[in-house]
Amino acid sequence: MTTWSQTRGGLKLETHKRRSTMRPLRAAPIPERFVIALDQHAGRSARPLVAPGDRVARGQPIAEPDGPISAWLHAPASGVVQSIEPHRTPLSPEPSLCIVLDNDGAERNYEHSPAPSNTADPQALKDFIGRGGIVGLGGALFPTEAKLARAPANNVHLIVNGAECEPWISCDDTLMRERAADVIAGAEILCRALQAEHCTIAVEDDMFEAADALRAAAKQSSNAPTIVTVPSMYPAGGERQLIATLTGKEVPSGGLPQDIGVVCQNVGTVAAVTHWVRDGEPLIRRIVTITGSGIQHPANLETYLGTPIDTLIEACGGYRAEPERLIMGGTMMGIAIADASLPVVKGTNCVVAATAADLQPPGPEMPCIRCGACSEVCPAFLLPQELHRFALAEEIESLDRFGLLDCIECGCCDYVCPSQIPLVERFRVAKPAVLQHAVTRAMAPHARASFEAREARLIRLEQERRAKLAAKRSAFIDKARK
Amino acid sequence: MPLPTTPPPHTVAPNSVGRVMRLVLLALVPALLMHVLFFGVGIVAQLTLAIATALSSEYVALRLRDQEVRKFLTDGSALITAVLIAMCLPPLAPWWLVVSGTAFAILLAKHLYGGLGSNPFNPAMVGYAVLLVSFPVQLTRWLTPDVAALAPIDLSLTDSLYAIFVGELPTHLQWDAVTSPTPLGAVRSGLQAGFTLQETQAQPIFGTLGGRGWEWINVAVLAGGIWLLVLKIIRWQIPVAVLAGIALPAAVMNAVDPGSYPGAVFHLTSGASMLCAFFIATDPVSAATSDRGRLVYGFGIGLIAYIIRTWGGYPDGIAFAVLLMNLAVPLIDRYTVPRIYGRAR
Repeated sequence: MTTWSQTRGGLKLETHKRRSTMRPLRAAPIPERFVIALDQHAGRSARPLVAPGDRVARGQPIAEPDGPISAWLHAPASGVVQSIEPHRTPLSPEPSLCIVLDNDGAERNYEHSPAPSNTADPQALKDFIGRGGIVGLGGALFPTEAKLARAPANNVHLIVNGAECEPWISCDDTLMRERAADVIAGAEILCRALQAEHCTIAVEDDMFEAADALRAAAKQSSNAPTIVTVPSMYPAGGERQLIATLTGKEVPSGGLPQDIGVVCQNVGTVAAVTHWVRDGEPLIRRIVTITGSGIQHPANLETYLGTPIDTLIEACGGYRAEPERLIMGGTMMGIAIADASLPVVKGTNCVVAATAADLQPPGPEMPCIRCGACSEVCPAFLLPQELHRFALAEEIESLDRFGLLDCIECGCCDYVCPSQIPLVERFRVAKPAVLQHAVTRAMAPHARASFEAREARLIRLEQERRAKLAAKRSAFIDKARK
Repeated sequence: MPLPTTPPPHTVAPNSVGRVMRLVLLALVPALLMHVLFFGVGIVAQLTLAIATALSSEYVALRLRDQEVRKFLTDGSALITAVLIAMCLPPLAPWWLVVSGTAFAILLAKHLYGGLGSNPFNPAMVGYAVLLVSFPVQLTRWLTPDVAALAPIDLSLTDSLYAIFVGELPTHLQWDAVTSPTPLGAVRSGLQAGFTLQETQAQPIFGTLGGRGWEWINVAVLAGGIWLLVLKIIRWQIPVAVLAGIALPAAVMNAVDPGSYPGAVFHLTSGASMLCAFFIATDPVSAATSDRGRLVYGFGIGLIAYIIRTWGGYPDGIAFAVLLMNLAVPLIDRYTVPRIYGRAR
């Protein structure tokens, strides 16, 4: 049991999880048409490997990674590629390129080459994991292979993040309760790939069933990870906060967990690794929580990627009441989507059909009264009131110095602000300019070194030219003398 | 029908500037009741005048500045400025005193700098300081507290209102008969006259903790302040630091020379000590930003107030102490930026 002493801030929020965890996990209905977005991961969009009219099998690769930070995409069902065209997805307001696949009902499976054996080189295992299209399912969607490639060579501490802290979302809780063995197996596979020294699985202290299930599954294995509970504060499951709570060390500002020897993976990502390495199924489905006061029977559904969200809502009994918002994610950081026709992507952990009872929109905005409630709750120890002042004045230098880039956009400051200022939105808008500034600042020594090297090279070339000219002249004079 | 795609968070706590201000006003009610108990109904007239002036000045300023009148007029901040000024003024102060002080506070100390959230100085203290410097006599005419031991003259409602609105006492009363020095004032003049502290404090105006009447008003303010702390409307750093800034030097000087320097308890329950700690210094707009900064800010206020009271020219130095520390806030903020997660310093 850990305490909140290594970090501070955060909020104790109502979780609203019970209503969706009351029912057991079940499979979502399989739709007739899948819309698979090519950009449903961090980094560059995947490149299609198929063309309209191609027949594909379930699990077959249909798009390959483009560059070192990208991911594979696989067919969620056997069928025929209908088209490759722009479609609206939850990932952005503008339509993006998607592969539209029509289900032919044949249920043919693709045979992948098997995973490297237990005794094989860890690098081979890391490469294999990438080919399964595995990305971070906690929300960042960072390609797992790239994360593993950057991990330190030794003394790695693997943290499996099951601390699902945002209200309404219960997909990770459900996964741990019902598929605990998959989580333990995946953690062990990743430990092998990373040659990890320690492995910890973190759950929140109010997730009793999940913790019990994990402990029971861990008993079956000889090399199992340690199960640790963390306080159920929001955002205890934020990567940086979780690492500080579990290890007492902080991820350096501007750095990554690997800088302090930690690799953090969401529990869903870990289970996906098991399904790929142990069972040969690449990432083509995930658990999605369908919940909110606007849903008849909230539940967790195991869903194939590319399924339209309204298929899932219908499977939960449809709407109980007209929702005011459809939120992909939770109520603190989730994105409001315009309608439920959008397809499920790798990052769709939850859809909340929120009625007025579930929402508390901000009131009219007043000027900041400098009360400091925001800095009390900031888990990154920032001064949001100062950041807001600088953001309004567009003082990029000060925003950088006061840590705007360290903001994790958790929304705690917005939540408590008596002046109802949309702080997170202001910070999000200001971040690109500050990032540009930070990059320029970091490049400054490099730019100076480049400049000096060029100056030195030009001087050297000039000297060589003069020397050559002098040599030619003296040779000519010598010849003339003779 | 497409649903709105508003940005997160989609749930915020049901908080507002108005709610914060209303709770602060509620917290002042016990103190106001005590005030009426000991000093009569004069304060009610002062409050009425102050509130009326504050709201009308605010209205004029908002119209001149082309701001949303309804939103800002109902936020409650002008009310708090009015109440604090009214509480700091003697109950029988002439009407033009409270009106000019409040108008000055709202128009110049608040709106001239940009209105809510932009005032570098505490508006109530600016208003009070202007009055103190300009009209010292009227500001030190405090009534004798209504305590049996002091046998005060009974002032009727008509007498009080006459004094306030005409600016003079009714002919059958004299100022000397109805007023007494405040405890802080009495200590000061006693020491100047050569009496020891013990001799001065033997006078009937001194009670258990501090001055009669005053001590209970301060206790009521303390109760209101603790309630605000529990509700998390204010944070502990400023009140604790202000009280420490007063109490520590008082205790030290009292230990060094008990005959000349009153102790911590006297200072904490006299004058506007508690009011300053919990309601005046805690004005968030003019205070320091970080927790550490607030400790420095609060301690500075307490210390300067003690220095003014003991060696300066005024019996209660709260207003000037607050204003001086308001000046220092940008400097304090510059040097007390808290450490960010993941950074060494």
